[in-house]
Amino acid sequence: MTVITDALCPFCGCLCDDLTIVVEDNKITDVKQACKLGASKIMGHHRIKAPMMRKDKNSEFKEVSYEEAINEAANILSNSKRPLLYGWASAVCEVHKKGILLAEELGAIIDNTATVCHAPSTLAVHEKGLPSATLGQIKNRADVIVFWGSNPVHAHPRHMGRYSVFAKGLFSEKGRKGRKVIVVDVRKTDTANMADQFVQLEQGSDYLVVSALRAILSGHADVVPESVGGVPKDALSKLVDTLKTGKFVGIFFGMGLTQSKSRYKNIDNAISLVTELNAFTKCVITPMRGHYNVTGFGNVCAWETGFATAVDFARGAPYYNPGETAANDVLLRKETDAAMIIAGDAGAHFPADSVRHLARIPVVQIDPYWNPTTEVANVVIPVAICGVEVEGTAYRMDGVSLRMRKMVEPTHLPDTEVLEKITERVKLLRGE
Amino acid sequence: MELLIKNGSVYDPSNGINGDKADISIKDGKIVDKVSSKATVIDAGGRLVMAGGVDAHSHIAGAKVNVGRIMRPEDTRSGIKPRTKLTRPTTGYTVPNVYAMGYRYAQMGYTTVFEAAQAIMKARHTHEELEEIPIIDKGALTLFGSNWPTMDFVREKNMDKLAAYISWGLLASRGFGVKVVNPGGGEMWGFGKNVTSLDDVVPNFDVTPREIIVSLMKANEMLGLPHSVHLHCNNLGKPGNYKTTLASMELADQVKASRDRQVLHVTHLLFNSMGGTNWGDFESKADEVANYLNNHDNVTGDMGQMIFGSATTMTADGPVQYANAKLMHAKWANGDVELEDASGVVPLYYIKQVSVYAIMWATGLELGLLTKDPYKMLLTTDHPNGGPFVNYSEVIALLMSNKKRQEEIKTVHEAVHSKTRLPGIERELDFSEIAIMTRAGTAKVLGLLDTKGHLGVGADADVSIYDIKPDQIDPSVEHAKIKSAFSSAAYTIKGGQVVVKDGQITATPMGRTYWVDARVPEQHTNEMMKDIVKKFKNYYSIQLANYMVQDAYLTHPKVVKAGAIPVEVR
Ligand code: SF4
Ligand SMILES: [Zn+2]
Repeated sequence: MTVITDALCPFCGCLCDDLTIVVEDNKITDVKQACKLGASKIMGHHRIKAPMMRKDKNSEFKEVSYEEAINEAANILSNSKRPLLYGWASAVCEVHKKGILLAEELGAIIDNTATVCHAPSTLAVHEKGLPSATLGQIKNRADVIVFWGSNPVHAHPRHMGRYSVFAKGLFSEKGRKGRKVIVVDVRKTDTANMADQFVQLEQGSDYLVVSALRAILSGHADVVPESVGGVPKDALSKLVDTLKTGKFVGIFFGMGLTQSKSRYKNIDNAISLVTELNAFTKCVITPMRGHYNVTGFGNVCAWETGFATAVDFARGAPYYNPGETAANDVLLRKETDAAMIIAGDAGAHFPADSVRHLARIPVVQIDPYWNPTTEVANVVIPVAICGVEVEGTAYRMDGVSLRMRKMVEPTHLPDTEVLEKITERVKLLRGE
Repeated sequence: MELLIKNGSVYDPSNGINGDKADISIKDGKIVDKVSSKATVIDAGGRLVMAGGVDAHSHIAGAKVNVGRIMRPEDTRSGIKPRTKLTRPTTGYTVPNVYAMGYRYAQMGYTTVFEAAQAIMKARHTHEELEEIPIIDKGALTLFGSNWPTMDFVREKNMDKLAAYISWGLLASRGFGVKVVNPGGGEMWGFGKNVTSLDDVVPNFDVTPREIIVSLMKANEMLGLPHSVHLHCNNLGKPGNYKTTLASMELADQVKASRDRQVLHVTHLLFNSMGGTNWGDFESKADEVANYLNNHDNVTGDMGQMIFGSATTMTADGPVQYANAKLMHAKWANGDVELEDASGVVPLYYIKQVSVYAIMWATGLELGLLTKDPYKMLLTTDHPNGGPFVNYSEVIALLMSNKKRQEEIKTVHEAVHSKTRLPGIERELDFSEIAIMTRAGTAKVLGLLDTKGHLGVGADADVSIYDIKPDQIDPSVEHAKIKSAFSSAAYTIKGGQVVVKDGQITATPMGRTYWVDARVPEQHTNEMMKDIVKKFKNYYSIQLANYMVQDAYLTHPKVVKAGAIPVEVR
């Protein structure tokens, strides 16, 4: 029996690094400290046993060797005129690097799961920047915490305990008692149930509400109508007071803000509010990133290509224009003629029309798990689980990078090796 | 592998060679006495030969740089080149991608570059990027000026623990030296405040910037680190700050150097040589700062020269970045790191016709020209704060030609005449002085002059050849040729390998990452670690076991030993 302490959780953007893992006979028998979501991933489920291929999307999969599957994947990708390499969020940075190299080699588009969650946040960052801080700043200093369109109780279960609501630190010894917690959302979530103040707004009115808060903050309460987005002006004024008089305000936003009407404009507006609040107090804002290493892909892609996501290598040099080069842009335009989906589930999370197009074109899936993407795949290459069977780097939602442990010996090839082999094979096929 | 560079006009000032015709012999990556007849010969044909360029202060890797890239796709777009058989695609101007960092430095004849600031907690990210920057040798300075353990040990006046913390922090971050940014201010910015003088008390920690600077200098010298404390002064970017700068420099008198170098390096002095009381009566005080350096031997500085056009300012000085963003209505990224420091990124555009920018541009040049000894004033643009490093050739040409300066002065705001002394300065630097500001001096300031910044036997075989014949050119008149030659080397040789020929990349070996392993008595480390363990138990949001940069992130390490134990080093 081995006990691994201070292990990292390969599930959500909290990237908890205090787990204790018990291993017996190369099997994980116990996971301590993790929440249910993390523990369930680490304990393992539904692995794809072996590489599989099928003639067409209606036939049954047949198990094949890694070599056959990798060669077929390389065939598909090198025959493609407009390949898409998508996913990446549930893999370590070492995998991302290999992926970008393959994208260069193929002249492909590479995009990640942010496209269906926080890519609008990146657009807002282009416009306004991002006044942020590490989570430990919140833990030690924040006396006002706002969750806007995010529901950590379910999506990031240990966030409140480790970093925000309940966390105790140098200037926050009282933990929960010393904090005001505000939830802004369209419905009364479980997070809202434990807030000091719940601001319920009408679907799609986030932009209006942020604008009203900015107006009140800048002394123009007179132009704000009696009710904005279903929120009474009094409640908005009260909220502004709470924000202004906090010593350190931490705002966390989620897909309720990024994926509702006005999308990136919501974030753009919220960042302006945060910047303006800094004239009164300290205020920072942090996106609640979903997958444990979606932040890592944005970082690797940025330092390697200059752009954080949705990079098109068709011209040999990186080109970035979301709206044109993001995964769903090319799928909806039916431009993509082959796709590789890796460490992300397009089948489950993409709009129906995108998935329909995926069902029409050859698809290579690289993933440890059977998921809806498998249903549209032609070639399926199972891999070792990053952060459980393979070590490597991941970036927490606040950009702090940590090294994930290997807990048990892998039963499958790691992503890096599969990608290297595909790349070699592609080069061979292209006569390089 | 042997290489012989013949017929060079060699400028190797630290070895007393100033334009002599000399041959350079290279074997196994080092400069040697002589090589066999089998050596590959490069005929320099009378062209200018120098050691590979060394940059002691540039922001090339890590969280701030990447935030700059992410927030500035418009910048990324401005430098795009597709991949070639040999090179990866390059992008960006002020915030280039990792490949462009390495290629462009090499193309200018630079072979060693130090990233100027990393927080320990984010050092893993810095090293992830450093590992992907091709060709050049590199390293990173580690931030210590607002760290809670630093302030605790300074307050307790426990120098042993402070030295032990630095030693451990350098190991944890695989850092090369002690960087101090707006000491105390990083902590105060945690609550949106700042320090305004050397004697402001940092709340809750009960220490002053003065105490932090002096204690860190002393600990730095106790450890005999290769580099001195590297200080970004308090009050950066504020009119009248030259007084704080001078007062900070004076603190060096309290400390004795452990090695043949300064005890304090004050960086990007352009931003800290400001007179006046507000932006209306703002003026240059470069003369006062240069005068101080001219009369003291324990302090060095670098220019932080401004380049007109686009810049991305990035610094651990969080409050100054908020002020910049507010003043210019620019986009603002903030990146405070728990228990350690602040940081901010703000894009700016320096316009010739804006008086403040014109004065700042002139201030940088004044610093370069009024400081008599080039060993005391390194050439930097504080990339990309003053401007991108690819403009070093412009700075060199300006320093070498009064004619060029006068031509430029005509195109900038007239305030340069009344608020700076630049128009009246006739000094023109020569090739030896440029070689010092970009090679010998930087290497000396960094404590690396044994192997870097010169061409003597035993030095790393890092050599650049520029397409100028020093005996046939008048840099004062032919400044355009100077600029073009220094922007694109005829040859860059890194570790004995030709990596650039005629400005084109010819090979992309991986450079090494320098870090300092400074030993202290074990009992000091043990005592100090008791405090660190508490900090992690109570305050950090990550575990101590996951904090230190693992070996996996340094695939080509170069360890420099220092420390209190091998006393002979002192
Ligand atoms: S909160 Fe997230 S990172 Fe932490 S244990 Fe749960 S799933 Fe894992
Ligand atoms: Zn700097």
